[in-house]
Amino acid sequence: MADALKSITLRRLAVGTVVVLGAGYVLAFFAAPEDADQGFIQKIFYLHVPLATVALCGWIVAAIHAIRHLRTGDPKHDARSYVSIHISVIFGLAVLLTGAIWAKGSWGVWWEWKEPTLVSFLIVFLLYATYYPLRYAIEDRDRQARYASVFAITAGAFVPLNFLAVRLAEPLIHPRTFSSTGGLPDSMLWPFLVCMAGMALLWATLVWFELDSKAASGNLKRIRRALEATA
Amino acid sequence: MIPLLALESAERYVAGAYLVFLLLLLIYVAIMAAKLSRIQRELGSLAELAERPTAPRSDHDVGQIHEREHEIETVRQGER
Repeated sequence: MADALKSITLRRLAVGTVVVLGAGYVLAFFAAPEDADQGFIQKIFYLHVPLATVALCGWIVAAIHAIRHLRTGDPKHDARSYVSIHISVIFGLAVLLTGAIWAKGSWGVWWEWKEPTLVSFLIVFLLYATYYPLRYAIEDRDRQARYASVFAITAGAFVPLNFLAVRLAEPLIHPRTFSSTGGLPDSMLWPFLVCMAGMALLWATLVWFELDSKAASGNLKRIRRALEATA
Repeated sequence: MIPLLALESAERYVAGAYLVFLLLLLIYVAIMAAKLSRIQRELGSLAELAERPTAPRSDHDVGQIHEREHEIETVRQGER
């Protein structure tokens, strides 16, 4: 498994992402039928829901890396946790914006404060938005990484709790996507699953890309220090 | 390209949502491209620093190096 993962390069992952995501949206627009209730505007579902799901899973992945960082003290896990949160925050912003556009088209309002799904996602998003000031308020690198990991674990535990709370709450207008009663028909489910896989691949590609860039930047700093010391 | 205003209301919202996502992705890629070009510049300056000829050593430095090499050789012979 580890060898198989090592053989995957960033370039291959990026190509895979473009192919799967492209196929997903071709299926969503040209194969999936229009929703009988909402019509064409329901096509936003194939973008909005995979984005939200992947963002939430990404925050949980960040918490897992943070646990590994606290257990081993290896800075690579801290970097992975940081980048996972960063990409999930970008995805989270996209969820809020696409959701607002969908809400305006379907319900006539950009935002509904009485809807628990919307408000709870906003709370989680704002919680993670505070990660950056907290992290960069600490100058000492080790302490910064430790505190950031504690934050990532605490906030990561809040994500599934929040998901459960929303399930238990009474929905106002936002439909429950992963409900036990009345799921998607197969003609919509398959395009949705391909879009979900594509979005997960996009998240992984961006995380990998940013980790590589951070590693290159760190290596350059080390080389500069070494060269300046010998000069 | 289809003008956005000519689209039906639902199509406009769908196009808007997908364009917002694409725009966010493009902004992210642009920021990362800027970071990569900074890394490229830094790499160039490091290459210059590495290729810069070091200052010629004085006779005193050369003497010290020979003394140090002699000490190391003496220690090695003692170990044998």
